[in-house]
Amino acid sequence: MADDPLIIAGREFGSRLILGTGGADNLAVLERALLAAQTELTTVAIRRMDTGSRTGVLDVLMRHGIEPLPNTAGCRSAAEAVLTAQLGAEALQTSWVKLEVIADDHTLLPDPIELLDAAEQLVEAGFTVLPYTNDDPVLARRLADVGCAAVMPLGSPIGTGLGIRNPHNIEMIVAQATVPVVLDAGIGTASEAAQAMELGCDAVLLATAVTRAEDPPRMAEAMRLAVQAGRHARLAGRIPRRFWAQASSPDRR
Amino acid sequence: MTVTVNGQPWELPDGATVADVLHRLGAPARGVAVALDGAVVPRAQWAHTPLAVGASVDVVTAVQGG
Repeated sequence: MADDPLIIAGREFGSRLILGTGGADNLAVLERALLAAQTELTTVAIRRMDTGSRTGVLDVLMRHGIEPLPNTAGCRSAAEAVLTAQLGAEALQTSWVKLEVIADDHTLLPDPIELLDAAEQLVEAGFTVLPYTNDDPVLARRLADVGCAAVMPLGSPIGTGLGIRNPHNIEMIVAQATVPVVLDAGIGTASEAAQAMELGCDAVLLATAVTRAEDPPRMAEAMRLAVQAGRHARLAGRIPRRFWAQASSPDRR
Repeated sequence: MTVTVNGQPWELPDGATVADVLHRLGAPARGVAVALDGAVVPRAQWAHTPLAVGASVDVVTAVQGG
């Protein structure tokens, strides 16, 4: 699909699958998964150096020319998210940020008030802002209105693998989108990634579905194919649903 | 003087800079950022930014996530 690039903020990507690196126990397995996914853009988190967090991921990304996308995971307020975005920009020399402002630890759902506030501040500061948002068409529109470069609605809460709980909302977000829509969070298996693309999303962002699969490289390959299949199906235009059967062979009489 | 680095109390000689903290932490050459009292200090300023008593320094890097 070299002739059908994903374009975000004027930048072209050949792959419509964005990966996250969280949840992988083994850096070598993660590396093989990233290659199998053929992703060009992959998220990393920004953490204090002394927390014993898993580093080394940056070397893997750089080795393969995969663009790191710093996120603001774990931030609870606009102020925290803005500072984390600035630190990510400084550490990785990028103006792109996956903006996450979550409300609590058990749902990990975005806090819409803080999210919009942070988005506005970061756009004002010159960032290319990719916000992780609720599957709320109104909030998605507001985020695009303040200048976000894409909107990234969840299919279901982070790490649940519950798939796309409200496909109609995703369709409404797509229908009124003025920026690319990236389905972010909740994908559990390949059919759900394909569904996101069939619903009209421009890309899929997932981590857990691959990193915690029994065979991450193989699941990454499945996701790559699913995203491509879903994109083709969307562009091909599906048949309308019918109540009664319609013969596909000629009448015998 | 005592400063706070990533939440821990550190004893540093008077006049120590942000760069000294990075050096003592063994921070890698790339992928690192520093906040001093809640504001980012650009890499080019590390060696020229002295720490005051009670300063709070956060040193961050990219880790697996998202």
